[in-house]
Amino acid sequence: MIVNLAFYFFSFILLASAVMVVTSRNPVHAVLFLILAFVNAAVLFLLAGAEFLAFILAIVYVGAVAVLFLFVVMMLDVDFAALKEGFQRYAPVGALVALVLFGELFLVVSGWSTLAGAPAARLYPTPDNLTNTAALGNLIYTSYLPLFQLSGMVLLVAMIGAIVLTHRDRKRSLHQKLSAQHARTPEQTLRLVRPELGAGVSVPASEKEAT
Amino acid sequence: MTSLLPILPALLLGLGAMALLIVGVLAKPEPAGFTTWGAIVLLVAAALVSCAAPDTLLFHGLLKTSLFTRFADALVYTAAVAALLLALDYNRKEGIARFEYPILVLLGVLGMVVMISAADLMTLYIGFELQSLALYIAAALARDSVRSTEAGLKYFVLGALASGLLVYGISLVYGFTGTTSFAALAGLLGANIGYGAVIGLVFVIVGLAFKISAAPFHMWTPDVYEGAPTSVTALFGTAPKAAAMALFLSVMTGPFGHLLAQWQMIIEILAIISMALGALAAIGQTNIKRLMAYSSIGHMGYALMGLAAGTEAGIQATLIYVAIYVVMSFGAFACIIAMRRRGQAVEKISDLAGLAAQRPGFAFAMALFMWAMAGIPPLSGFFGKLYVFSAALNAGLVTLVIIGIITSVISAFYYLRVIKVMYFDAGAPDFDAVPASVNFVMAVGAAVTALFILLPAPLITAASAAAKALMG
Amino acid sequence: MQPALSQYFPILVFVAIAAFMGLAFVFGSKLAARQKPYAEKLSAYECGFDAFGDARRRFDVRFYLVAILFIIFDVEVAFLFPWAVSLAHIGLVGFFSMLGFLGVLTVGFIYEWNKGALDWE
Repeated sequence: MIVNLAFYFFSFILLASAVMVVTSRNPVHAVLFLILAFVNAAVLFLLAGAEFLAFILAIVYVGAVAVLFLFVVMMLDVDFAALKEGFQRYAPVGALVALVLFGELFLVVSGWSTLAGAPAARLYPTPDNLTNTAALGNLIYTSYLPLFQLSGMVLLVAMIGAIVLTHRDRKRSLHQKLSAQHARTPEQTLRLVRPELGAGVSVPASEKEAT
Repeated sequence: MTSLLPILPALLLGLGAMALLIVGVLAKPEPAGFTTWGAIVLLVAAALVSCAAPDTLLFHGLLKTSLFTRFADALVYTAAVAALLLALDYNRKEGIARFEYPILVLLGVLGMVVMISAADLMTLYIGFELQSLALYIAAALARDSVRSTEAGLKYFVLGALASGLLVYGISLVYGFTGTTSFAALAGLLGANIGYGAVIGLVFVIVGLAFKISAAPFHMWTPDVYEGAPTSVTALFGTAPKAAAMALFLSVMTGPFGHLLAQWQMIIEILAIISMALGALAAIGQTNIKRLMAYSSIGHMGYALMGLAAGTEAGIQATLIYVAIYVVMSFGAFACIIAMRRRGQAVEKISDLAGLAAQRPGFAFAMALFMWAMAGIPPLSGFFGKLYVFSAALNAGLVTLVIIGIITSVISAFYYLRVIKVMYFDAGAPDFDAVPASVNFVMAVGAAVTALFILLPAPLITAASAAAKALMG
Repeated sequence: MQPALSQYFPILVFVAIAAFMGLAFVFGSKLAARQKPYAEKLSAYECGFDAFGDARRRFDVRFYLVAILFIIFDVEVAFLFPWAVSLAHIGLVGFFSMLGFLGVLTVGFIYEWNKGALDWE
């Protein structure tokens, strides 16, 4: 009973906040509603018994992706009023697409059947006496080793991409190179001269740039 | 050692890319030339190793190697080497000679190789994402150019949507059957399957059709081809197309092999729309890169014709078509990259006017590629079309063949127009001297395209063996 | 109720209490305190002087770079949880596969460090 109640409660909040993400005027509010939607989706995962997914959703999506969304919304400084101008115009088309998609989903869900051989075909049925974090851990690093390593590669590509596309080498401020400073010896930098009275000192060209 | 051999190409690509990354970031100044040559050496090495690899099923059936995967791998490696050779000089002149580019190409090729060898829907997805991600970044490589960043963004947004559809389709198929392994799926998916699995199949087809830019999922292609730096476009037009087409073949004939009745019609429609769009939309183009984009959409339509036949001869025809297309395509892009006047890249078709008088060799190469793409005998492109048409005819797809013939006549118009501009229009292109690397790619492409008729046997028998390995 | 789920019941209670408290603070003050809003009271307060401008300014792209690098390592950490839980069962293969994964990301880290992507200036 409590599980059902919780399910309807959290899925109601999830749907309501998803609607708010699309309709709210202020983009920052939209992102905050998105976070609420993520949290509720995590709770739904929990209710379905997928604890690991629930916490990953909370850690990665709420903790990192939503923050990035906020940055992007702030950074782009988009004129959202202008962006929403086309909304009225495209609304009928959008509604049509949504209706078709809904019809398809309805067909899928209402006519859903699994194959007779499906349970037998499962390579790794969910073990009974393990938490699903442990069950996943037993598979990811051994049976699915190549996929795990390739996801490392995907992350590497993402890292290279972020730097290639956004990083600029600019030196606006003066950098302090401590190692260079410590390695300096008086002989390299200091020259004692005894100028004659009234003659002054002429600085060689090689030393001028150091000043 | 033999157990390591099949994954050695992937290890070479991955570890090599990481080694080059470290060398690249530590060396000063940016060693773009060094990493490009390093990447080329790695690609050649991986290609040689992959030829020697035995047929196996690896990692509990996540990956497999066969004559088919080796055929497709060879195409991808060739195309990637050609694209890197073309980038060598172009990127430097455009001021985008980042040492990361060849590394991204290597990682992208790794993704393509994984895609080709996938024997499980999850492997397929990881490979798909790895290569897409690397290509999104490559499209936006000239980040100070508005068009290039726009190309990258468009490609990324639409590509992410396609990936989403693909993975949703995979999840529906998994939900229906309880497995992601190709072999198990082929055994389970019989004649009567539920709505869910059919919609899943359709979503998987949409995701793959996006990658090969078959109409009506082609919207990104013209803008991305035009906006991306030409060296990157040369890559887009070849390696990912070959890899995605190979994946398309192995997915449709493998796990969904028994559902031919369900997907044959979809593939036919994709082929018809692609051929028609490729023929009609290209007519009005003035930019040669946009022309190539529509041309590639059309070519993918012809290649899909072989898949629509659903027979071993059809698979063989598609493989032959794609192989010939890859060579024509990198040759044509070598010509486009060589279009540079006083240090500025030009890409209008009208800029070619009068080329034949000034640079007969260059104009002849370009004319060869255009003739071949139009499918005029005795050049290689003709044989590609011949094989797909005859495969489709034998499978009883007469309407498809008739439409194919009509569209190839229409598309001959714009290919021949390029030749007409080069040979008969007055003008003085005054192009800069062509660098040796670009000349080399152009010459290889032209030689293969022109002389294919003298020695067709290696490709035809290899494609036949590959098709047998896939279907048998 | 599934056995694993019953362990989360205290958390549900906790969430309910937290929600009640949050609502109580908001509506309690509405009920108990006098509300006399006027324009000056509602305007943005910035150390006694007028606000300099809109808070919605364009951010530097470097914030984005830092955020995306953070996400990448966050995902990496997400892979570490199941590994830590089942390290006893997956043997040396599992152990070294994680080391390989971390090695790949360390290469990425060396790259970004030397590229200066982590320096602010």
